[in-house]
Amino acid sequence: MSAPLTSFTLAEARDKLAAREVSAQELTDAHIEAIASAGALNAFVVDTADRARADAARSDERLGKGDGGMLEGIPVAIKDLFCTEDIASTAGSRILAGFRPPYEATVTANLWREGAVMLGKTNMDEFAMGSSNETSYYGPVCNPWRATGDNRDLVPGGSSGGSAAAVAGELCLGATGTDTGGSIRQPAAFTGIVGLKPTYGRCSRWGTVAFASSLDQAGPMTRTVQDSAIMLGAMAGHDQKDSTSVDVAVPDYEAALERSVKGLRIGIPTEYRIDGTPQEIADLWDQGIAWLKEAGAEIVEVSLPHTKYALPAYYIVAPAEASSNLARYDGVRYGFREDRDDLTEMYEATRAVGFGSEVKRRVLIGTYVLSAGYYDAYYLRAQKVRTLIADDFKKAWDSVDALLTPTTPGAAFGIGEKSDDPVAMYLNDILTVPANMAGLPAISVPAGLSAQGLPLGLQVVGRAFDEETVLQLGRALERAAAFDHRPTPWWRDQA
Amino acid sequence: MSGVIEGATGPWEMVIGLEVHAQVTSKSKLFSGAATAFGAEPNTQVSLVDAAMPGMLPVINKVCVEQAVRTGLGLKAQINLHSVFDRKNYFYPDLPQGYQISQFLQPVVGAGTLVLDMEDGASREIGITRLHLEQDAGKSVHDMHPDHTYVDLNRSGVALMEIVSEPDLRSPEEAGAYIRKMRSILRYLGTCDGNMEEGSMRADVNVSVRRPGDDYGTRCEIKNVNSIRFVEQAIEVEAQRQVDILEDGGAIHQETRLFDSRKMETRAMRSKEEAHDYRYFPDPDLLPLEFEQAWVDEIAASLPELPDDRKRRFVDELGLSPYDAGVLVAEKEVADYFETVATGRDAKVAANWVTGDLFGALNKADLEIVTSPVTAADLGALIDLIADDTISGRIAKEVFDDMFKTGRAPGDIVEEKGLRQVTDSGAIEAIVDAVLQANQDKVAEYRGGKDKLLGFFVGQVMKQSQGKANPKIVNDLLKKKLGSPGD
Repeated sequence: MSAPLTSFTLAEARDKLAAREVSAQELTDAHIEAIASAGALNAFVVDTADRARADAARSDERLGKGDGGMLEGIPVAIKDLFCTEDIASTAGSRILAGFRPPYEATVTANLWREGAVMLGKTNMDEFAMGSSNETSYYGPVCNPWRATGDNRDLVPGGSSGGSAAAVAGELCLGATGTDTGGSIRQPAAFTGIVGLKPTYGRCSRWGTVAFASSLDQAGPMTRTVQDSAIMLGAMAGHDQKDSTSVDVAVPDYEAALERSVKGLRIGIPTEYRIDGTPQEIADLWDQGIAWLKEAGAEIVEVSLPHTKYALPAYYIVAPAEASSNLARYDGVRYGFREDRDDLTEMYEATRAVGFGSEVKRRVLIGTYVLSAGYYDAYYLRAQKVRTLIADDFKKAWDSVDALLTPTTPGAAFGIGEKSDDPVAMYLNDILTVPANMAGLPAISVPAGLSAQGLPLGLQVVGRAFDEETVLQLGRALERAAAFDHRPTPWWRDQA
Repeated sequence: MSGVIEGATGPWEMVIGLEVHAQVTSKSKLFSGAATAFGAEPNTQVSLVDAAMPGMLPVINKVCVEQAVRTGLGLKAQINLHSVFDRKNYFYPDLPQGYQISQFLQPVVGAGTLVLDMEDGASREIGITRLHLEQDAGKSVHDMHPDHTYVDLNRSGVALMEIVSEPDLRSPEEAGAYIRKMRSILRYLGTCDGNMEEGSMRADVNVSVRRPGDDYGTRCEIKNVNSIRFVEQAIEVEAQRQVDILEDGGAIHQETRLFDSRKMETRAMRSKEEAHDYRYFPDPDLLPLEFEQAWVDEIAASLPELPDDRKRRFVDELGLSPYDAGVLVAEKEVADYFETVATGRDAKVAANWVTGDLFGALNKADLEIVTSPVTAADLGALIDLIADDTISGRIAKEVFDDMFKTGRAPGDIVEEKGLRQVTDSGAIEAIVDAVLQANQDKVAEYRGGKDKLLGFFVGQVMKQSQGKANPKIVNDLLKKKLGSPGD
């Protein structure tokens, strides 16, 4: 037997489906089976196998008639932050227990319109707050990767940890993620896959449970850059239901991939060389620079002087918005309620029991920084910093076309290793947060292995709405790195 | 009621500012497509956005913005081409989002003015601080179950304009006049129906007292007062409460209070410890509200004539008294009615008919101008019948009563009842002669100098003619035949 159907790239599967070499139903069944044997990863919180089979049957019909969509018959997984009609949507939180939305998020509706097959909803940090997928009410996700000669469970990163694990573990051909401070790119880097955060406003936020509205952005998580290009093409587009969605034409991302990077000017931001960065990360970065140079790009040192304020400012802006966004989870209309005789007590009990500790921590921080007397010193200041960060990038675009940095300051760590130290956990986002603060598109591409044999990622940040250049450079890095490592499927033995 | 309270230690002056919450006239809500009609079954006009379902996002309703701009223009106010929606955060079951979308630091409309028409015909300008758009909350229903509260979200997300005045008002009457004038302007503009009994207009009342000439005192805010009478009463009792405290050597604490119209008192709503910190911040789901001056100009060009301009025109061009003009313009429908009656006729006569007979009859029958049985065209026709001497003014009153009862046209009534005035001097002369003949003694008295008897003769002639004789001809003939008194 040749390679299993689950090891296809999305592009390969698409082409084989179109050529009727494989049926959507076979492909879907293979993935349902893979998911069934991957319980140990805890990547899924909702399994929609029946729905997947029905979707696949319909796709086969359409493919038979030759009128399939862009993703016809492609089995995908959906981060459980997206509301899916009549299917439990939990945001990884107990407070949404039992909630089945009577509506479909725009991004997922776009995927179904293009024929994608829904395998299930993936586990995630509660309300997308976390960098390790340990804050989920439904338990942590295990990274499919393990360090060489070490059987300890590692985190997949977060908050889109379930999606990352599902893609890396070949449980789906692609998955949706959302990225508020790095929640697509950091888990992509930790699991050796590609993760793309599009420009803020590129994908609609309608129907996606809000964490920090001015930062949240949906994007694809796949095993190749081409796959991300294809999936983004289906997800993106203007939506009148989201006032912050931008009416910019969605280009043919796939067509941009094979463009030569010759002559592109790539900025290397001095300030991203942070003290204490492990040597292997610095080496990987140098390697990336060398690859792009060899491919004909011009390397330019640039300065983004306000970078060091990005993370602290992010941890004011994001919790502030979250504290308000999460006010609607009050036990009155949907989800979990802890009954009490008195209204105020019901609110307090519902939220005390329904939210996990990381969510509560951020709601408290956010409430604090918006409070009378603190607003100017914290929230307003952070917004000013945010403007300065965006200005740094704008200046950089005068001299370069994109920026190259590492995605994370290190490789995946052990489950439980950093959960008692929120600041250490927050530092995971130090290299990814600036792109969110400026609303810019950024991709993480697997570029090598750490000394322990764990994947590491390189990040490309581009101009607003220039996902094409970001993908093009991502593809160049991917080609040069020729990253073909795959995790050993240890979880199958535990099925 | 007056604006000055004579305390034991001297006079105190009331200082009043109003925040009027006016529901924007629009088919759908401020940020959702749900309907806004009053009186629908509970929770039938609620979109996913209004119910604050996860992942739902607000999208601004352009009509509501246009209505706010229109109102701003009507209040001669600054229109801000750039404004910002903020979230006002607090927990309450009828506030599903856990925040109200409002405008805090940068409202869509800035400073403007409203002219108060005083009883004596004078006018006074009251400053408008700002107008901003915000969402209404839902409604908690406490009386359907002994220990449960029901929530009706039909109002949740309906657009309100909060119109804030400067503390320029000085008496309960002025506050009442301000609200009446505001309602009049909003109705002229068609931006709010002004129905206080349906809750589409409510007021928060800020009251403080001071020694005349002193700086402002500490104010208290009386929330959610829903009639003009209650606003006036609330100011009265709150100002008195404050004076009593101050005269006893106490101090006023800034706080939010409620007016109890049965007990005629105000009560503190919540203590300071529970004071809300609303944690306002710009709503990240919405871009700043921006529009072009050209759009504002377009709206300005489409504004109707407003009560102040109309009043000026009625005085300057139609020759009405400022008082009559003020009465006629207060309600757009009345002013429209009056103008139809007055067009091509003597405006003062038209004004007298409208403010006199018509208002009297409407009042008695508990009807509004829009439900008047007498149309403006028919009232005009009635005035024409007087002007061309078809009927006398006295007969006209009779015809009017008939019109009001039956809704028929005056011409038909006159013809059917044979009320046409007699202007044939021969016919009238015969009656005059007969009357003089029958009252020889009175004729002698008249001629002896008792000139007041002329009225008696006129009355007799009119009686004989069943009111139809032309009074002028009757007068002339009588004078001619009787000669000068004392001759």
